Amino acid sequence: MIHAVFLIPLLPLVGFAVLAAFGRKLGNPLAGWIATGAVAASFIVTAIVFAGLFQLAPGHRSFTQTWWNWFSVDRLHVTAGALVDPLSMTMAAFVTGVSTLIHLYSIGYMEHDPQFPKFFVYLNLFVASMLLLVLGSNLVMTFLGWEGVGVCSYFLIAFWFDRPSAASAGKKAMIFNRIGDAGFLLAMFLTFERTGSLQYVTVFHRLGHVGVPSLTAIALLLFLGAAGKSAQLPLYPWLADAMEGPTPVSALIHAATMVTAGVYLMTRINPILHRAPDAAHVVAIIGVLTAFLGATIACAQTDIKKILAYSTISQLGYMFLAVGVGAYVAAIFLMLTHAFYKALLFLGAGSVIHAMNDEQNTKTMGGLRKLMPITAVTFLIAWFSIGGVPPFSGFWSKGEVLLNAYGYSTWLYALGALTALLTAYYLGRCYLLTFSGQARWVEARPAGDGHGVVGSAPPVESDTSNPNTPTERVVAHHGGAGGQEPLHPHDPSWVMSLPLVVLAVASVFGGLIDLPFHPNFVFLERWLSPVVGASLFNGHFSVATEWTFALVDAAIALIGVGLAFALWRGAVDRPAVEPTFLQRAWYIDWGYDRLLARTSTLFAGFLATVVESKVIDGAVNGVGTLFRSGGGVLRRVQTGYVRNYALGVMAGLVVLLAYLVSRAFT
Amino acid sequence: MSSPAFPYLTVLILVPAGAGILAAGLPGRSRLATKAIGWAGSLATLGFSIAMAVQFATRHGGFQMVSNHPWASSLGISWTLGVDGISLFLVLMTAILFPIALAASGERAGERSFVAWMMVLEAGCVGSFLSLDLIMFFLFFELTLVPVYFLMTGWGHERRGYAATKFFLYTLGASAFLLVGMLALVAIHAGQTGVTTFDIRALAHTRLSSATAIVLFLAFTAAFAVKAPIFPFHTWSPDAYRESPVAGSVVLAGVMAKLGTYGIIRFDLELFPRAVVDLAPVLITLGVIGIIYGGIVAAVQKDLKRLVAYSSLAHLGFIVVGAFALTGPALSGAVIQMVNHGIYTAALFLLIAMIYKRIGSFSTRDLSGIQHKAPVLAGIFTLTMLASIGVPGLNGFVGEFLILTGTWLTHRWWAVAATAGVVIAAIYLLWAYQQVFHGKPTAAEANFTEITWREGLFMAPLVAVIVFLGVYPGPVLSRITPSVDRLVTHIEQVAHPRIPPNGRPIYTAAKRTGSGGAK
Repeated sequence: MIHAVFLIPLLPLVGFAVLAAFGRKLGNPLAGWIATGAVAASFIVTAIVFAGLFQLAPGHRSFTQTWWNWFSVDRLHVTAGALVDPLSMTMAAFVTGVSTLIHLYSIGYMEHDPQFPKFFVYLNLFVASMLLLVLGSNLVMTFLGWEGVGVCSYFLIAFWFDRPSAASAGKKAMIFNRIGDAGFLLAMFLTFERTGSLQYVTVFHRLGHVGVPSLTAIALLLFLGAAGKSAQLPLYPWLADAMEGPTPVSALIHAATMVTAGVYLMTRINPILHRAPDAAHVVAIIGVLTAFLGATIACAQTDIKKILAYSTISQLGYMFLAVGVGAYVAAIFLMLTHAFYKALLFLGAGSVIHAMNDEQNTKTMGGLRKLMPITAVTFLIAWFSIGGVPPFSGFWSKGEVLLNAYGYSTWLYALGALTALLTAYYLGRCYLLTFSGQARWVEARPAGDGHGVVGSAPPVESDTSNPNTPTERVVAHHGGAGGQEPLHPHDPSWVMSLPLVVLAVASVFGGLIDLPFHPNFVFLERWLSPVVGASLFNGHFSVATEWTFALVDAAIALIGVGLAFALWRGAVDRPAVEPTFLQRAWYIDWGYDRLLARTSTLFAGFLATVVESKVIDGAVNGVGTLFRSGGGVLRRVQTGYVRNYALGVMAGLVVLLAYLVSRAFT
Repeated sequence: MSSPAFPYLTVLILVPAGAGILAAGLPGRSRLATKAIGWAGSLATLGFSIAMAVQFATRHGGFQMVSNHPWASSLGISWTLGVDGISLFLVLMTAILFPIALAASGERAGERSFVAWMMVLEAGCVGSFLSLDLIMFFLFFELTLVPVYFLMTGWGHERRGYAATKFFLYTLGASAFLLVGMLALVAIHAGQTGVTTFDIRALAHTRLSSATAIVLFLAFTAAFAVKAPIFPFHTWSPDAYRESPVAGSVVLAGVMAKLGTYGIIRFDLELFPRAVVDLAPVLITLGVIGIIYGGIVAAVQKDLKRLVAYSSLAHLGFIVVGAFALTGPALSGAVIQMVNHGIYTAALFLLIAMIYKRIGSFSTRDLSGIQHKAPVLAGIFTLTMLASIGVPGLNGFVGEFLILTGTWLTHRWWAVAATAGVVIAAIYLLWAYQQVFHGKPTAAEANFTEITWREGLFMAPLVAVIVFLGVYPGPVLSRITPSVDRLVTHIEQVAHPRIPPNGRPIYTAAKRTGSGGAK
């Protein structure tokens, strides 16, 4: 039964192949249903394998399935195969589960898109790649999936490729990821040099022979790759731009699954990190700094998807904080619960954007709660979840991360706790701006009255230099009265609502998979312990300490929620808490553009126009000129006469051949 | 060294050569007959090369199907052909690319002189890959210049005169060094043994002083470095690739560039192992500069063909690095990368030619939104581009990964710098793709048509090879590695006990560092 594991990535891959070949014939919505079916089937197989693995004794829950020999030279053997263990199956289960829901949602969301079948071609390829990433039995297989998801992410960010912003965002994502990938490649070279293998099991087996400096280097190089994929400092800016993609893509790839690949990778190599404490330290610090940075930026964004994007960056930072302090179970726990509530947030945002006719600016929304009750309630649940309000799932998972961070360093805890407060606050702001207060858009009146009603607050003035202004297409699409077309917001159809409800339930109860306080309840920890060992610090705390921290966490969350209500209930603009430097994301992206992009463009231009044409080619042409002016005899056979040269060579060759042939017969 | 009854290798040269002569001497101007000759000649060559590949024995490092006919015995020249794992797939690739280049040439495939030159060119390329006799190699190597010159001047683009002249003189000039080097080597060998021979299998045992070896190595390498090209001897190539007709670009970048890198592996490594060990850091440095420099210059090209030309410089840099890293993985990677690069670069030039046929421009400034009009063409371009970037699962990755892993073992910091090339490749290709395929189509693209069945038909084998070699390169690698192992062992024996500059004995170091026992 557990040997059916090869079907897990194969099913979506077959879906991809079928849709790539016949997608346009199958059309809308059949192509979407086939894609969803392929992923759902993969989820079922995953569940079966998962169950099969669960029935084995904990010590035997790991095996490698080899599919074929990918390439093999000397001692470098790279196989195509899967490493099946509790970690990879946990990942596979949540990837296929969340993917199925988002595929289903996409059937509704992409309903009117002329490229409907192609969307599912990419989506299925993405799922297959992601599964290869988490199941791969060696670093190169993981890299295969790693690049595969990167390429799909590029396709899907640039899905509406006639928009220059989308095309550029796709390219930007790919390039930032490639920088990280260079680190991944170098890590593989070093790993092979030091251990003679790239197979996880073999590498971990031989770590005893490898020096700490090498292990630190390997871990940090892989972390560079992880920072690219999971949008951590300094490679995070692409993720905010990635919001150009369709919203289900943001939910699936840029929130729930792909961006967590870095966390998975670092968890997978936990035996290396364990022996390289310096590297782990760096991971923890980068993680907490990214968490804080992302949260601060999210506080001042106005585009609903940008808020969620920076929130994702921040939450991923928490996961790396957990990995860095050795709390791998907490990292995976947070990854799972985050997948639920962040996918939920994005899908909710997608419903809102749909209802608002592609508007993404929260400042022009408001008052949607009564019109879109399902979306509003599920969004509220997600907010409480991510904010860490007990007993929602985020409370448990984030609490575990913070507790472990405290055991590692008070400073990391302090920054993490501050970020937790910001998290509860900025999503509150997002919720209140979107769903409560007065409508700041034009409502379509039921038949007869063509004018509609404008909400009380005036439309926000758009400042072209501000990256948070509503996207251009909104204006382009709706040239109606006063630039606003009457809207008729409502909850989406069942294919879009069902995933919202399922994810909301998961967001509420997700914490049950790893409750603290009693060893019998830490299901996830016991399940993962053969792979990651027990969390380092959890055991050191008394029950009293754990309760204290739980209360503090709850208080922080409630303060954040309260702050959001206090500041944003009924308010639309509060410049004091939306400073420009946060709206502009600390000017970091701007700095990258000025310092790196422009200087390197100038440098490339200098190479091409001066070095290449003047110096190198200049020398070549100079030699030519020298010869040409060098004498009468040469001049006659020079440039203009190259044709004769060529014929001369030909004639010479013919004569020579004739001579050789004649010699051969004498 | 089996000698099968059927002389595959001789036939592989004579078939295209005969077709060329037949096309040239064809009475009348029947386009149909000309086409038929071109097709028959190139497809028969493909058929024979497939038969050769089937006959080829795996786990055999030496030359196979050797044809050895004394020719001008007193001069030591003989018709000696042989194939091993290093040349096998280059011949196969050549045989695949020529019919495709003909198919992509449209009506030109009915012109007598065009077909004649193409067939002669194929004979020259195949002959170069199969010759074990230095004089024969030289003849074939030089022979390739002539058809390319006439293809370029006869059917090329605007600045064809300048480009063809530059190409011809530059490469011809460099070949002079090769000729002198060859004769000197043969003379030294004759002095030592009393036997005058141009057979490289014998010449490989010539004892050379360190200084002599270096001089001869440089003479040989001059010709190969220009042909490949290797930085900084590359400036003829953007012009030549740009101004050639599509068939010329495909053959120049796909096949003839490999004559240079093949020459390095076959002759430099085989004949001058000590000099190779001494000068490897220099050549690897040039390779790495080519990777980074080619990538950066490619990033600012507005002309698609020139862009691919500079990207080719970068990719050939990888091959040079792999060849001189002197480890099994790197050298095997270099050999398979020669095939990979030939396939995806040919595909890129073919796709660019399709765009040109529809729009009449190679400039990214004149192109926009093509993905709207031709999603399938865009899809094939994307796949080829990703192969060129080195995305795993497609063929470019396997070669690059082997090269870099193998290079890391002996020349770590060079490998680090070369890895930066992986990032740069993504930048220039994605930027070009965005300009040409993304965005909205303008009036110029209004009538842009989707890829035709005919075009799809000749792209299909290339796409299939790109995917197959990416997913399952095993059958290819298992035929390459025995020959590479033989070559590496040969270098090790001759160069022993010299230590390369970075302090580790070559190759063995790579084997030893792994420790902990092989898996």
